[in-house]
Amino acid sequence: MTATQAPPAAVDLAEHGGFAETLRAEWTKFRTVRGWVIGMTVATLVTVLIGLLSASGSMSSCNGQPCHFLYPVGPGGEAVTDTFYFVHRPLPANGGITARVTSLTGELPTATSSGRVRAGQGPESGMHPGLEPWSKGGLIIKANTTQGSAYAAIVVTGGHGVRMQYDYTQDVAGPAGRPAPASPRWLRLTRAGDTITGYASADGTHWTQVGAATLPGLPATVQAGMFATSPPYSVTTAQGLLGMSGTGGPTVDTATLDHVSFRGAIPGAWTGTQLGAGPNDASPAMPGSYRQAGGTFTVTGSGDIAPDGPGGAGPGQTLDHTLVGALAGLIAVVVVAAMFITAEYRRGLIRTTFAASPRRGRVLAAKALVIAAVSFAAGLVAAAIAIPLDSHVLRANGNYLYPVNLLAEVRLVAGTAAMLAAAAVLALALGAMLRRSAIAVTLVIAAIILPFLVAVTNVLPTGADNWLMRLAPAAGFAIQQTIPNYPQVSSACTVAQGCYPLAPWAGFAVLCAWAAAALAVALFLLRRRDA
Amino acid sequence: MSTGLRAEWTKLRTSPGTAWLLLAVVAVTVAVSAAAAAAARCPATGCGQDPGKISFTGVDLGQAAVAIVAVLAVSTEYSTGMIRTTLAAMPGRVTVLTAKAAVVTALIVAAGALAAAGSLLAGWLILPGHGFTRAHGFAPLTLADGPVLRATAGSVLYLALIALLSLGAAAAVRDAAVAIGLVLGVLYLLPIVAAVVSDAAVQRHLLQAAPMTSGLDIQATTGLHSLPLAPWQGLAVLAAWAAGALLAGGLLLRVRDA
Repeated sequence: MTATQAPPAAVDLAEHGGFAETLRAEWTKFRTVRGWVIGMTVATLVTVLIGLLSASGSMSSCNGQPCHFLYPVGPGGEAVTDTFYFVHRPLPANGGITARVTSLTGELPTATSSGRVRAGQGPESGMHPGLEPWSKGGLIIKANTTQGSAYAAIVVTGGHGVRMQYDYTQDVAGPAGRPAPASPRWLRLTRAGDTITGYASADGTHWTQVGAATLPGLPATVQAGMFATSPPYSVTTAQGLLGMSGTGGPTVDTATLDHVSFRGAIPGAWTGTQLGAGPNDASPAMPGSYRQAGGTFTVTGSGDIAPDGPGGAGPGQTLDHTLVGALAGLIAVVVVAAMFITAEYRRGLIRTTFAASPRRGRVLAAKALVIAAVSFAAGLVAAAIAIPLDSHVLRANGNYLYPVNLLAEVRLVAGTAAMLAAAAVLALALGAMLRRSAIAVTLVIAAIILPFLVAVTNVLPTGADNWLMRLAPAAGFAIQQTIPNYPQVSSACTVAQGCYPLAPWAGFAVLCAWAAAALAVALFLLRRRDA
Repeated sequence: MSTGLRAEWTKLRTSPGTAWLLLAVVAVTVAVSAAAAAAARCPATGCGQDPGKISFTGVDLGQAAVAIVAVLAVSTEYSTGMIRTTLAAMPGRVTVLTAKAAVVTALIVAAGALAAAGSLLAGWLILPGHGFTRAHGFAPLTLADGPVLRATAGSVLYLALIALLSLGAAAAVRDAAVAIGLVLGVLYLLPIVAAVVSDAAVQRHLLQAAPMTSGLDIQATTGLHSLPLAPWQGLAVLAAWAAGALLAGGLLLRVRDA
């Protein structure tokens, strides 16, 4: 009669209650060890304090005065460079412009024997023939002639063939090759409402569409015409602890266009306008010009129409610089996380733990959950304080912070907290494997912070440290990148400036993969070994 | 004192991890140095890189293993309660710390010499094939060259000073994980903070004050004028850090109960 007294449902209930019990036991252990709670508080404090220290040490001034650089903002809210020479006419309605580009040539600053680049006073002084790969010349339709306004352009480039580019961040590849008098390139831009379509052709009769851009809110009358611009040139002369030192300077390019035909424009003269290149321009550029001889236009320009960002033309800083203290917070978190398991071995508590809860996987999972949650909370608090506080200090010190959209800012805060949580789980797993906190802590620091240090201080050649930042757990720092890497800008952006070789979530996934693998090995060893 | 030295030597010699960790110091240093040399390229147009620094890149990681050896020499005694026996046998606490420091330093100098020799050998074998030749203005990496000798001997001294710094920190905070976190934090974080600070003067001061960057100035063989500190000055900064840590550790050891 009593054989039916233990229904399977009760066993399930006990099993279910089991994990909650283990979780509560682990949480109680964490909560009641004063050193660990202090350690997590220290993690939050050092994150904020080191960020504050670094922000107060970052003063930006121009000859002792606050800088008054102009930073145009594009339609998407991002910082942009919008400096070029524009030969234009108003286009009051739908229509288009067609031209034949017969050549694109340019001049680069000449490096002197001392390795310095002579500052160009104009194309005549200290320059030699040469073309930057992203020198551009071609046709553009732009909302107006203020910097940062919406545009779409079809261009020939120095080394990347024909491109259709619009609204600074968008870039579509067209046919390859650079135009020459023997092999000219025909370009065409047409407007229909908010849509601008770019075409390219080798002969002016057979056209292929390169791309179509939708520019929302384009005014009825836009400016259409020809332009030329050429981004600054830079060379790396030395690598050292203070970063890579390089020299460079503005470059110019000259586009020659003929067979210019306009559809839908008011008849009238062409106007030449220089955008940017003023004394307060953040990016170095030289004033351009244009010449018209019969039906042939020669347009010379300097600058760029592109997103601005770290490593680019301007001297701005990225928002993730406010979180440099997270590295110190990470060390504190890693120390606590390793001790969370190794202290049990040292005191022999692990035997009691396994006696109370014989399922070792469950104990490890509960520990991982507790330490990850606590680390995440510590990181969240630290980031939520550090970002507004340090960005205020940075701006007060005359620094320009590149604008960041809300999504990237949320990712920066939550991602930093998540990175601390993943690092804590990695440290916990290594602690369970090795049972020695000193070695576990050292391994995690060597795997996460050392590659970052190596990348930041240029100890290794750039290729090697990029691979380290892809493969090592340090890849997780990529989650802090707030300004994307744009392939259409040849920027020298490095890890120190806030650019990582992997995309944010991909880098974070690498760190998580390391943590998961370590947890799997730890579980395997925990089950096989005596406690 | 000689009893103290012998006691510490016996303890360190018979700890299961010591030999493995010293082996790790040598292996990690040489392997990373060789990898850095293999990755370096210097084309005819110049690269602005220092073959001495490249050859001893492994010290960046090897010092972490050195820190573990030194921290464990102190912290293990606290975690096992051995410290009470030690201090009962040798009541002079400063003597105990001095004996520990002497034994650990001797071991690290021996391991560091092997590591530096291996790193130099790797650089000497690999770097000339990657453009670091006399034709490009680089002297061959041999000990006959003054700066290379300084870099080699300096790397050994650097590791010994890191051991003393770690020993002092461990005596001060006792717990192994906290001590290692503190030491590696001071070593690795200050250069990173220096790198992201945009003010050049603040940056230079940080690089001069940070024990790792100033201490590693000793590895420079070219471009000495652009260093934040002269090589031996830099090593002196690290020595000051180590002395400060030992002083703090010694004082706390004296005034606290074990």
